Amino acid sequence: MSEQEIIAFDRADALVDVPTHYCPGCQHGVVQRLAGELLSEMDLTENTLLVTSIGCSVFLYNYLHVDSVEAPHGRAPAVATGVKRARADKFVLSYQGDGDLASIGMAEIMHCANRGENISIIFVNNTVYGMTGGQMAPTTMIGQKTTTSPAGRNAAKEGMPIRMAEIISQLGGTAFSARVAVNNVKNIRKAKKAMKKAFEVQQKELGFGFIELLATCPTNWRMTPIKANERIEEELIPYFPLGVFKDLTVEAED
Amino acid sequence: MANNGEKLFIKGNEAIARGAIAAGLKCYFGYPITPQNDIPEYMSAALPAVGGEFVQAESEIAAANMLIGAAACGVRSMSSSSSPGISLKQEAISYLAGSQLPTVIVNMNRGGPGLGDIGPSQGDYFQSVKGGGHGDYRLLVLAPGTCQEAYDLTIKAFDLAFKYRNPVMILGDAILGQMKEPVITWTPDEKDEKEGHDWRMCGAKGREGRILKSLFLSEGSLAAHNQMLQDKYTDMASYTQQEEYQIDDAELVVVAYGSIGRIVKSTIKKLRNEGHKVGLFRPITLYPFPSGDLKKLAEQGKKFLTIEHNLGQMVEDVRLSIRTITDSDFFGFLPGNLPTPDDFEGPILKSLGGK
Repeated sequence: MSEQEIIAFDRADALVDVPTHYCPGCQHGVVQRLAGELLSEMDLTENTLLVTSIGCSVFLYNYLHVDSVEAPHGRAPAVATGVKRARADKFVLSYQGDGDLASIGMAEIMHCANRGENISIIFVNNTVYGMTGGQMAPTTMIGQKTTTSPAGRNAAKEGMPIRMAEIISQLGGTAFSARVAVNNVKNIRKAKKAMKKAFEVQQKELGFGFIELLATCPTNWRMTPIKANERIEEELIPYFPLGVFKDLTVEAED
Repeated sequence: MANNGEKLFIKGNEAIARGAIAAGLKCYFGYPITPQNDIPEYMSAALPAVGGEFVQAESEIAAANMLIGAAACGVRSMSSSSSPGISLKQEAISYLAGSQLPTVIVNMNRGGPGLGDIGPSQGDYFQSVKGGGHGDYRLLVLAPGTCQEAYDLTIKAFDLAFKYRNPVMILGDAILGQMKEPVITWTPDEKDEKEGHDWRMCGAKGREGRILKSLFLSEGSLAAHNQMLQDKYTDMASYTQQEEYQIDDAELVVVAYGSIGRIVKSTIKKLRNEGHKVGLFRPITLYPFPSGDLKKLAEQGKKFLTIEHNLGQMVEDVRLSIRTITDSDFFGFLPGNLPTPDDFEGPILKSLGGK
């Protein structure tokens, strides 16, 4: 390397050097990159056991240099519990989408958090079922048209979008719960900081670490990636406020 | 085998729990359901005392999925339940089989269908040996008939699970779970610490990451995976076990398994004393089914009667085994009632006297 050449940006060691399968503008890639960077920076890669779940995110095991196991739909928190109970010395990471975590897997996530399992869960909320083709999710916004809510989600019939980060923060075993977004550079930086906190509470054995990330699904939202980013700012964040809802490290530092 | 010679008077459920701990159980995940509650209750105190992990899960579904996680780490893991709870576990059982994860699942069969009752039944035979979950897969299914056998087979189940990288089911019923018998405990020789070393999740240090999964999307990859599973099941077929009682000169062979096999044995003892040439064939492995040995008996010209505590399930496997030579009669004792040896005397004599 000559004196003039400075590498300002490189692939983290934890990330496998392959193209991802995600649609243009999808932000799973952004979230997974952040996760990979943190594993590298926190020197966790060789110590991590990953649980992947159903939907677009299942292929995360192809993109991270870690050992991994695949969970049935919604059951990743239970699978992760089994992993952590078997190998308490390992860093256990799980990754779920909104249909997976907030619909079919609602029981598993609530009880995993309540038991205070020392694991970290990354929750990608793009308000829609992605891989199955754009059906309504528990987080779908009121009025949002999907393939199973063609007239738009109706609160009277289908209920209100579920705010998971707030719910999780109410459970006794939760050590950290926050909601972030990955729609612009500023928010992506904040997202990485929050993800790091969710990882750190596991390292400190403080309990359950939960991070919800508002992300785009331009394909199923029928939007350009730029419009999709604008939707996060204008429509999603007002209903799904960003912020930290519980952080035991603050109390621990007091 | 290191025999420590301790003789205990315990229930079948406790024999299973003690056998699992003797086998080196590390993680137990369960959810209460009658008539197997003695197992999680025993585990909740005994397993942590030997450094293991006990979790009372929020549901049978969660318990079975916790097995996936622990089994993926290559540790000895177990869950137990009874019929409606086993139905809830089937999703995870299919994933365990598809991902080739070794674990032990106990089903203390109760009456069904639906909520049924809490009494004994053998109505879960099909679900156990044909696969209650989705896809082409098989479990190894072991059916103890005594509390001692429950202890011994539970230890064996863990070795088989790791040998074949496959879930193993212990299929008992409410009779076996709730009756007390003397059991002589023993502890197997130290298990191989390298168990699962070439596939388990343990952290990708100095190698590629391992992926334990059942999703195979690229063309041909699922076919190849299924062919590999089928080859494994073919290998398993050589592992069969059964009890044969008074069979050499028997004209009629009664085929019955588990608790019912044991009750039938009492009937046969009585009929033998009366001079009737009847014998018992009690399959201990329900999958693989001891078809070859049954066929040999058919070739000797013996007649067959299958007795089950259901409406006719194992009888299909008996008939498949001997179909090229003869057939089997069937007597089904209805779930919801508890049979005694006397209940089987009439059906056995009828088959013995038939053409």
